[in-house]
Parts: sequence; structure tokens; C-alpha cells
Amino acid sequence: MAKLKLRNVVKRFGDVTVCNGVNLDVNDGQMVCLIGASGAGKSTLLRCINLLEHTEDGEIFLDGEDIAVPGLNPQAARKKIGMVFQNFNLFPHMTALENVMLAPRRVYKKSRTDIEVEVVSLFNRFGLADRMANYPDQLSGGQQQRVAIIRALAMRPEVILFDEITSALDPQLVGEVLDVLLQLKKQGMTMVLATHEMQFARQAADKICFLKDGEIIEEGPPDQIFDAPTQAATKEFLMRVRK
Amino acid sequence: MRKTEAAVLTRRTLFEQRQRRRSIVIATTSTVLVLVALIVLVPMTPGWEKVQKSFFNGPVLIKTFPKLIEAFKLNVMIFLWSAPMIAILGLLVALARNVKSPAMFPLRILGATFTDVFRGVPVILTVYLIGFGVPGLGLPRPWNSPYIWGSIALILTYSAYVAEIFRAGIDSVHPSQRAAALSLGLSERQVMREVVLPQAVRNVVPSQMNMLIALQKDVSLLSFIGPVEIFRQAGVFKSLMANFTPYVGAAIIFLLVTIPATRYADYLMERQSRERS
Repeated sequence: MAKLKLRNVVKRFGDVTVCNGVNLDVNDGQMVCLIGASGAGKSTLLRCINLLEHTEDGEIFLDGEDIAVPGLNPQAARKKIGMVFQNFNLFPHMTALENVMLAPRRVYKKSRTDIEVEVVSLFNRFGLADRMANYPDQLSGGQQQRVAIIRALAMRPEVILFDEITSALDPQLVGEVLDVLLQLKKQGMTMVLATHEMQFARQAADKICFLKDGEIIEEGPPDQIFDAPTQAATKEFLMRVRK
Repeated sequence: MRKTEAAVLTRRTLFEQRQRRRSIVIATTSTVLVLVALIVLVPMTPGWEKVQKSFFNGPVLIKTFPKLIEAFKLNVMIFLWSAPMIAILGLLVALARNVKSPAMFPLRILGATFTDVFRGVPVILTVYLIGFGVPGLGLPRPWNSPYIWGSIALILTYSAYVAEIFRAGIDSVHPSQRAAALSLGLSERQVMREVVLPQAVRNVVPSQMNMLIALQKDVSLLSFIGPVEIFRQAGVFKSLMANFTPYVGAAIIFLLVTIPATRYADYLMERQSRERS
């Protein structure tokens, strides 16, 4: 059974339809990459999955349970679905460590000592042990983004959504963040990425979905999408990004 | 070492040195001219002698100054108990105006009405109406004290302004911060308390400093309903000595407090805009 299953998800902002009946299956441990031009609806789709946006219609199943029922408290689903943002969105008034500890402490009412070992080992694993006491503005973009990933991981999510997490980074910092994604994939984390890193998507993804005008118009394994796309729009998009 | 020496000699630094020297000369000359004009011309006016006697009278100032300082302590006291209450009430009103659940609709309306009313009425009117009106109900002591009701009038008025500043501070926190906090599974209330408010409060510290300075001055309005604070005390001296110098003395005392405070607020404001850039 699919870990995450979207059926006919519709999202509108006023008159503009941003997601126009999206269907998507993400299996346990899969890495799915959403590609497409800016404005195709990749980010909005991720925000819908995390229930940061109300969907107009359609179902979003997490382990077979519809989490997008209007009026349902979104907190339960968000505990299981982590999200990492393009601009990191670390809390500037807290140190890296406090950023990571905030949610486990407040949501699961755990004490600092309960989670300290786990959190510190996360910082160690991603090479940030010496940065825990720093405030976000004292960290490089790549470091901030890795802290943001640790912050999401500390809630032990079952799925993590990544919204163009390398787009705001200097080119030489992109690698260190993508390495983290590879590590997570090796551990079997279920992940959905909106990304412009075609090279990375091709190497690491289990499935590529091409979005245009709020619809997934083509999906498949990376080799098929990149080497033998069937849709004209996909071909055209790939031509443009390769240039 | 050699590097810095070379840097000093660039065209740019030479130009800037020249410019700096020029502006110092211009600023000094114009300041001296203005001062000379004031010192020489003002005493030449026909009424100067009278004005000097009744407004800038040395002996009167020396005689009344200690008593004015004494009276100013009451201003400080009223200020000290009003300011924390204003901060608390202002924050509560700001939060009340921010709630979204329909059950809290009355609270939101109440908050909006509160700010509309107390920002819309001149402070002195509020002071009169509450300071004279409520004790008129014949409450037992100490509840008929003008100190209490005068302070409450100030607290209500200033809370309305402070609430609006807090609200602007809450709005100034970028929505992506809320999104990040919500995505971690925090409740709306936790997001407000842990993520939005700490940043909002920090953002408005300089503006709130200005409110504190304004409050310090407006405490004097309570003199109209009884308490003998510095302005009232100066008025008493004016009547006793038929001389306005005590008012000048009072102004000096206010400036001694407000100028450093204003400078500090400006410093905070400047530091903040530097941090943001």
C-alpha cells in the first residue's frame, strides 16, 4: 500500500487553479521528485500535503487515512509529515539546538534531557556538532538548511517534504545539502521533493513527476522521463533546462 | 602595514578628507553665527529684561529646584506602576484582536472597540472623565483616590496605542515563520507564544520606547485632577512667587530624563535597521 496517496487534489487561490486534480502515489521508502517550471504548482502541492494550504477538493491519504478532510485538526498529520523550506525558515531568536528541540518539547512534552542524546547525535551525523549553540544568522546557508532538516527529523516524521531546498543556496553549498538527502534515502526515509536539481533527481529519485499547470502530466522512473519522455511539454521543459 | 599606508593615499580617501574638513568648517561657522545671533539679538528685544526676570530667574530656580525634583518622584512612581500594566494590557488587547476562532468573536470586537475608543479620545478627556467620574461614585477609600483612577486613565489610553504597535509587530513576522512552526506540529497557540511573539516583541522595542517617553510626559496630565506632581508643584510656585521660572525648571527636569531615553530609543532603532539590512 502506498505510504502517501493523493487523489484528485484541487487547490485554488481565488480564480487561479494551482493544483488541478493531482493524483500521486508515494511508496514507503521512496524518493519522489516533482519537476516542472516555476508556477507549475510543485510548492503548493507540497504545502497542501502538509495541510499548510486548504485543499478545495480531493483526498490525501497517509497510511490509508484521509488527512485532508475539511475541519480535521491538521496537527496529527503534521507530526508525521515533516517539511523543509526553500528559505530554511529557522527561528532567528533561537540557537540551532533550540530550533531543533522546540517541537519535540512542546508537541510531545518531552524534557530537554529526554531528547538531548538523540538530537545531539543528529547534529553529529550531519557534521554540525560544533554549531549547535549558534544562532541562524551565524551559520552559512548550507548549515542553516541542514539544521532545518535536523529540525524536521527530530520529530521522527514518516514522510518529509522538501520544497526546493537548494534553490536559495550558493552553488558550492548545494552539495552538502544534497548529501544529506542521499543519507536519508539510504535509511529508507519516504521523501517528496520539489526540485530544480535535475542531475540529482535523475541519480537519486525513484520516481519523477512532471507538473504543468497544476497537473502531473507525466510520471515514471528517472531514466524513462529524462531519456524517453512521451509528452511534448516534458520534452520541451527538459530541453530548456539542459541548455 | 604597508597596505594600510597605501590605502590612506587613494584618491578617494584624499577626497573624503577634504570633504570632511570642509563640512567641519561650515558646520562650526554656521553654529557660531546662530549662537551669536541668539545671544546678542534676543537680549536686544524690548521685553527681554522682563522675560528674563520671570522665566530665567536664577535665584527662583535654585530655590524651587529641589522641591520640583521631590515632586517629580511622584511622576516617576506613577510612571513605574503604569508602564508594566500598559505592557500587559496592551499585549492582551493585541492578542485579543488577533484571535480567529468564531467563539472568540466578542473578544475581537471588544479589542477593536477598546483601541478605537481610547485612541480616539484626547488623553486629557479620558483623565478627566475617569479621574473625576469614577471617584464620584462614592467609593470608599482608597478606591476614590485620583492617583488610582488617573493612572488607570493613562493605562487605558496608552494600552490602546501599545496594543496597535504590538499588533503591527505580530504582522511584521514573516508568514514563513508561522508555516515552519506549524509544519512541525505545533498548535496555533504554541506558534504564537514560541515563534511569533518573541520576534514581534523584539521588532517593536524601539517604538515602544517612544511610547514610554511619551507616557513619562503625559503623567503630568494627572495634575489636572489633583495629584501634586511636578507640573502642579511648579504651578504652586508660580502663584507663590509670581514667577514662571519653576516651569522652566520642570522642563529641565523632564529633559534630563527624556533626552537620554530618546537617544537610547534612536540607538535601538538604528541598530535594528542595521541588523535588517
